[in-house]
Amino acid sequence: MAARPIVTFDNVTKRFGDFVAVDALTLDIFAREFFALLGGSGSGKSTLLRMLAGLEQPDTGRILIDGVDVTHMPPYERPVNLMFQSYALFPHLSVDENVAFGLRQQGMAKAQRVARVAEMLKLVQLDGLGTRRPDQLSGGQRQRVALARALAREPKILLLDEPLGALDRKLREQTQFELMNVQRRVGTTFVVVTHDQDEAMTMAGRVAVMDAGRIVQVATPAALYEFPATRHVATFIGDANQFLGRVAAVVNGTVEVASPELGVTLRATTRDAVAIGDEVAVAVRPEKIDVSEQPPSGADNSLRGEVVQTAYLGDISLYHVRTATGAIVRVQETHTERSSDPHYQIGDALHLVWPAASALVLRA
Amino acid sequence: MKGARWLVTAVPLAWLGVFFLLPFLVVVAMSVAPPAAPGHSPLPAPSGLLREWATNGLDWRNYAALFRDSLYFDAYLNSLLFAGVSTFACLLLGYPIAYGIARARPAQRAMLLMLVVLPFWTSSLLRNYALIGILKGNGLLNQVLMGLGLVDSPVEILHTDLAVYIGIVYGYLPFMVLPLAASLMRLDFTLLEAAADLGARPLEAFWRVTWPLSRPGVVAGSLLVFVPALGEFVIPDLLGGPRALTIGRVIWTEFFSNRDWARAAAVAVGALVVVAVPLLLFERRGGRKEAAT
Repeated sequence: MAARPIVTFDNVTKRFGDFVAVDALTLDIFAREFFALLGGSGSGKSTLLRMLAGLEQPDTGRILIDGVDVTHMPPYERPVNLMFQSYALFPHLSVDENVAFGLRQQGMAKAQRVARVAEMLKLVQLDGLGTRRPDQLSGGQRQRVALARALAREPKILLLDEPLGALDRKLREQTQFELMNVQRRVGTTFVVVTHDQDEAMTMAGRVAVMDAGRIVQVATPAALYEFPATRHVATFIGDANQFLGRVAAVVNGTVEVASPELGVTLRATTRDAVAIGDEVAVAVRPEKIDVSEQPPSGADNSLRGEVVQTAYLGDISLYHVRTATGAIVRVQETHTERSSDPHYQIGDALHLVWPAASALVLRA
Repeated sequence: MKGARWLVTAVPLAWLGVFFLLPFLVVVAMSVAPPAAPGHSPLPAPSGLLREWATNGLDWRNYAALFRDSLYFDAYLNSLLFAGVSTFACLLLGYPIAYGIARARPAQRAMLLMLVVLPFWTSSLLRNYALIGILKGNGLLNQVLMGLGLVDSPVEILHTDLAVYIGIVYGYLPFMVLPLAASLMRLDFTLLEAAADLGARPLEAFWRVTWPLSRPGVVAGSLLVFVPALGEFVIPDLLGGPRALTIGRVIWTEFFSNRDWARAAAVAVGALVVVAVPLLLFERRGGRKEAAT
């Protein structure tokens, strides 16, 4: 990664009345990154993006783009472009004119402009639709026009606000990969805001998880999934069983947690410093748990229970297993062979097994 | 069901037929009647008219008079000028008002629109007499101007063209503001953010986005002001000087002072042509533009 970040948020706070949308937030984004801001509604992710575009002013703190303080620079002077969630295409202008809008504003000569518009429409595979009006396009085509228009000015950073939010599911998956291809080809830094963790995980090189105006964790998708920093991240990204307990011992990096909920001692790893007696949660993802009808031997963690709920999803099956203490453990089984039914039925008695390395201790 | 739908269009059509088309045809018929001789009745009886037309054909002398006497041409030109300048002034004043209403919070919008319409709750005649009180030599406006030390002696405003402009703009401003506000309220203000994001300063964003998207409101508002202002009689008569010659006043004079209904009818039909022909051309151009997109 480059030494100097292309975007720096330095202790930025933004309030709307009493509501703190962004709370003393500091963040670096680097050149050529595909960076995602992930969070629920009201988490401050869109406000952060709009402050980067210059459409909102921070109350305190500084924003730097490529080393230049842009905190008080108006949007029309910033070297960034935003692809709006609603696309915000100009309804009175053709596709060509929409894409050329920012180029005319730059004072680019006509011949150059025409060439650039053609190049952009080719990039988003809309060649030949230049004379259409936005209302004559499908949702997917409008999305591409918005992308072409935002990229035409060769911004240092392209900002995308829920870029796929208005598309149906099939188109969304296809467009995710197209966006990644476009980003690789033009080499621009992309900052995307999304509430959809799959979207963030698929597209982004790094993801910042936001909650209540703060960044909870910034990491690669794999690190977020395997080593979530908090219980919130663990459930926001993917699914995780979480068992509350108290640290009983720490042996060679393995933490032993007494779980009254399960009536057993769980073994797990941790990235935080924990001391004996700490209240913690042990997080285990459903697919990390092995299922068998035979009693296991020598496992770090094992539980017995009865299947109370099954769901067949084609590639996987989900089971809810109730333990002797009444706790429900969610377990996932991948179907590597063809089967028309879940392997186990409601009422089956099962053994659940997982190694300490697959479980993570998180602060309660 | 089909009968009900037929009725829905038939009722307004019948209304327009009885109260607009029929009187209009009467006016057209009157305009081709022989000019009234001094001291005679302003118009021959219908039976006499039919006999006259049967023997001598339609009488086009009234229309010929419109071209012979420059008075009519001047009146048309004056009316066009009054109406045109007033429409432009209404647009200049009304646009910011409409913009402000459109950008206000929805709860405030209703109240602001109400305030625009409120003057209509009093009769236009009353409002014009009130304007006389404000504009006259020792009226409110002059007292304020002198009180502020801007002028030493009263400025002559009443019975000038300026007073006519003030009267028309004041009276017709709501007709400009309402359609403008309606079209600006439909404007998605995210588009202005998009324009700013693409490098447009606020004024450039206005000319490239807001203005073209509000054009339907501009056209509707301008027509609503221009067309009635063109035939306005009360305001020039009450506020204007004796030289503020307008079509409305000429028609009134022909009708009531000269008692020549045939000539008055020809002037009225002429006024219609002056308004309708440019509008029809405009409409056809607009229609073609619409079809092209």
